[in-house]
Amino acid sequence: MNLRLDFGVVLERWPLFLDGAWMTLQLAVLATLFGFALGALCAVGRRSGPPWLAKLCGGYVEAIRNTPLLVQIFLVYFGLASLGFSLSAFTVAALALTINVGAYTTEIMRAGFDSIPRGQLEAGECLGLSQRQVYWHVLLLPAMERVYPALTSQFVLLMLASSVTSQISAEELTAVANYIQSDTYRAFESYITVALFYLALSFVMRLGFWGLGLVLFPRRRRLGTPL
Amino acid sequence: MIATQLGATHLQFLLQGALWTVVLSAIALVGGGLLGFLVALCRVSGSRAVRLASGAYVQVVQGTPLLVIMFLVFFGLPPLGLNVSPLAAASASLILYVSAYMGEIWRGCIESVPKPQWEAAECLAMSRTQRMFHVVLPQAVRIATPPTVGFLVQIIKNTSLASVVGFVELARAGQIINNSLFEPFLVYLIIALLYFAMCYPLSRWSRRLERRTGFARRQQVVSP
Repeated sequence: MNLRLDFGVVLERWPLFLDGAWMTLQLAVLATLFGFALGALCAVGRRSGPPWLAKLCGGYVEAIRNTPLLVQIFLVYFGLASLGFSLSAFTVAALALTINVGAYTTEIMRAGFDSIPRGQLEAGECLGLSQRQVYWHVLLLPAMERVYPALTSQFVLLMLASSVTSQISAEELTAVANYIQSDTYRAFESYITVALFYLALSFVMRLGFWGLGLVLFPRRRRLGTPL
Repeated sequence: MIATQLGATHLQFLLQGALWTVVLSAIALVGGGLLGFLVALCRVSGSRAVRLASGAYVQVVQGTPLLVIMFLVFFGLPPLGLNVSPLAAASASLILYVSAYMGEIWRGCIESVPKPQWEAAECLAMSRTQRMFHVVLPQAVRIATPPTVGFLVQIIKNTSLASVVGFVELARAGQIINNSLFEPFLVYLIIALLYFAMCYPLSRWSRRLERRTGFARRQQVVSP
């Protein structure tokens, strides 16, 4: 039995790893942007929409949060196919991840809304702000500032979870590792390399979100503490 | 038409898969909980080296997808001379994964026990171990219950990834049935419903616990 590790044959396929990492990053960024928009809309709909919309948003959150991502991906993949849409694996993966992270964002935003004391909203009204101004300046932005850390770690988790899309043959990092290990028979080395790529990616994402937080929330930067 | 295709045998096979999902979740909860408890203790240890080492462990495991950990254990170890069964690979990966997250959740709970409690225990001349086990942990357990139940939902969902190493739990059972019936949408919908039936009560329970403890805490700080 050969016990020696040989990273050489794995590492000489580095362009494949870079392609995979690029695809993972693309998936993560797309799902983060669209998922955040979807989640923010659902959170608003759940709080201030008509009862049927609030129920619908609540049902969506519960349905997604209580089923595995793997099953959701299969449902979207085969569901769309049986409806006659033939989309690329990448599109399906991005769509499924968006739907998934949208539900988590809704729940996190709801927690942010709940953390704003009623008195603040009343104070906003007393200052003569319009309904919409109160919603934007007193509720939405401060809530986002509070839940920003939770949101960003959810998005990093989403990037890691995008590995599951290798199961519908989206060619991201994990799929690349699968391919290389079947090509070189160097399973341990392939997966270790890809794990390091994921570690690096999550580090880069955290760094990016930290910088973005400094730009988006100047109050946080000045005080050095959250609200 | 569907009834003639998807028979009682199929459903029985799925329920059997669901049973294995529960077993795997239990293994992950117990094993990951024990290791996670150790991680939590190390994270608040008095020794800087222990804190750093356990912190690094948490960072590495939390920065790697569970799927990659599964592949690493199942496909990566046999060429190195260690043969693992699908159940062993899935259990080991889940235990690693759960321990990092549980350890971090419980560290937060230990640290959220008010500081004066530590100081009072110190004034009573308790040793560090006594302080931890007689004063802090009993209070931390109460704070930790809702998030732990909530994380149980994550564990159950993540056992679905054991399907990639060929362990026949609920998701894999669904794939097998789908391969013979080719009714993917219907089959995966049933799978999703079965997962939902397992997870939703736990989510509800966690939220109820949270509301109860949160309410108790808010009552204390309410201003006149």
